[in-house]
Amino acid sequence: MSSLELRGEGLHLWRGDRHVLRGVSLQLRGGQMMQLTGPNGAGKTTLLRVLAGLAYTEEGSVFWRGENVRKNMHAFHAELAYVGHEPPLKADLTARENLRYWIGIRRPLAAAEIDKALDDVHADREWRERPVRTLSAGQRRRVALAGLTLTGVPLWLLDEPTTNLDTAGQTLVTQLLEAHVARGGLAIVAVHHELGVRDVPLQRVELAA
Amino acid sequence: MSASAPLVPGYPQTPALTAARLVLSRDMTLAFRRAGELVQPLIFFAIVATLFPLAITPEKSGLRVVAPGVVWVAALLASLLALEFLYRDDAHDGALEQFALSGQSLTWLLFAKSIAHWILTGLPLAIMGPLTAWSFGANMSALPGVFISVLLGSIALSLFGSIGAALTLGVRRSGVLLSILTLPLTVPVLIFGARATQQAIQGIDYTAGAQLLGALAILGITLAPLAAAAAVRISLE
Repeated sequence: MSSLELRGEGLHLWRGDRHVLRGVSLQLRGGQMMQLTGPNGAGKTTLLRVLAGLAYTEEGSVFWRGENVRKNMHAFHAELAYVGHEPPLKADLTARENLRYWIGIRRPLAAAEIDKALDDVHADREWRERPVRTLSAGQRRRVALAGLTLTGVPLWLLDEPTTNLDTAGQTLVTQLLEAHVARGGLAIVAVHHELGVRDVPLQRVELAA
Repeated sequence: MSASAPLVPGYPQTPALTAARLVLSRDMTLAFRRAGELVQPLIFFAIVATLFPLAITPEKSGLRVVAPGVVWVAALLASLLALEFLYRDDAHDGALEQFALSGQSLTWLLFAKSIAHWILTGLPLAIMGPLTAWSFGANMSALPGVFISVLLGSIALSLFGSIGAALTLGVRRSGVLLSILTLPLTVPVLIFGARATQQAIQGIDYTAGAQLLGALAILGITLAPLAAAAAVRISLE
C-alpha cells in the first residue's frame, strides 16, 4: 500500500441550481493538516462529506493512498473518522455506552480504553455514567472527541470541532490535532477561527460563497 | 498498513459478526430504555383485536370465522406503526452516517437492525396472535399453526418494511407515505398469512401457506437489507 495521502481533483458539485463546489482540488499527506474556511454556505460541510465519500460529486474524484476511493470504499472508511457538527451520540445511552457501540463496530475495544479516552478529554467520572441527553452541548462534544481519538485512524475529517466548547475545550482540540498530526496522521478541519496549532504544517483552503 | 507508513497505529477491524451483535444489543438497550415506544404496537394490536367483537358479534361461532382476518390486519397495521421508528432516531442523531462510514458493510449492519426490530415487535405479535385467536374461539390445537404463520409472516413484514422505512428517511411525517409504499410488498404476506391461519383454525393442513410465508421471509432476509442499505445511502447524500 502506498503512503498516506488524500487528494481531491477538480471536485464539482451542484445542489439544484447552486454550484456549491467549483472545481476544488486539494492534496494532503501524512503529518499535515488542512483548515477549511469560508463564509456560511460556502460548502465546507459539503466538501467534507464529499471527501468522506458520503456525497457524490458531478465531476472529479477523491484519491486515498493514490487510489480512487470509490474502488474500495470499505477500506477507505476503515481509515477515516468523520465527526459532523452534531456529535453522533445516542441520547438514551451513557457516554461510555455510546463509545462502546459507536467505536466498537469499527474496532475491538476494551472498557479500560474507553475510560482512558474519556479521562483524556477531561470527562468527569460522574457525568460519563449519565444518559447523554442530560449532558450539556460542550460535554457531548467532549465525548465525541474521545470517540475520535479511540478510532485510531490516520484520516480525521472534522466539521466545527470546537463548537460549544469552553476555552479549555478548544485548547484540548488543538492539542489533540497537534498530537494526531505529529504521529503522522492527516486532519482536515472546517473551522472559522484560528486553531492555534503549533509546529504543524498547516494548509488553508478558502471556499468562496 | 505498510512499513512506509507505520506512524499511526493500525487497529484490527471488528469482525462482521461482532459488529452486528453490537448493533443488535445497542438497539435492544435503547428500546428498553424507552419502553413506552416499545409497547405502542402491542397496545395498538390489542385495541384493534378488542374492537372487532364489539363491532361485529360477540358470538364465538362468528368470531372464529373472522379471527384470521382480525389477527392479520391487526398484525400488519401494528408492524407498520412500529416501522416509523426503525431508522428515524439513527438518521436524526447521525448514527446511520457513522454506520455507513464504519468500514463495515452497511447492508449487514442494517440487517442486524432489522433483526432487533423483529425481536422487539414481530416476536411479541407472534405471541399475541395465538392469544387473540384463542380468545376468538379457536381450539387450543390450532394455536401452534397460528403462532408459526404469524412468526414467519412478521419476519417478512419487518424486512419488507425496512425498505419503505429507508426510502422515506428524508420525508417529514412519513407515516402515511410509508404505509402506501410498503403496502404492495406486505399484501402477499397478509393473503398467505390469513389463509394459513384460517386453515390452522379450521384444523386443515396449513403447511402450504406456512411454506409460502417462509419463502417470503427468506426473500425479505436476502434482498431487503440490500435495498434498505442503498436507500439509506441515498438519504445520507
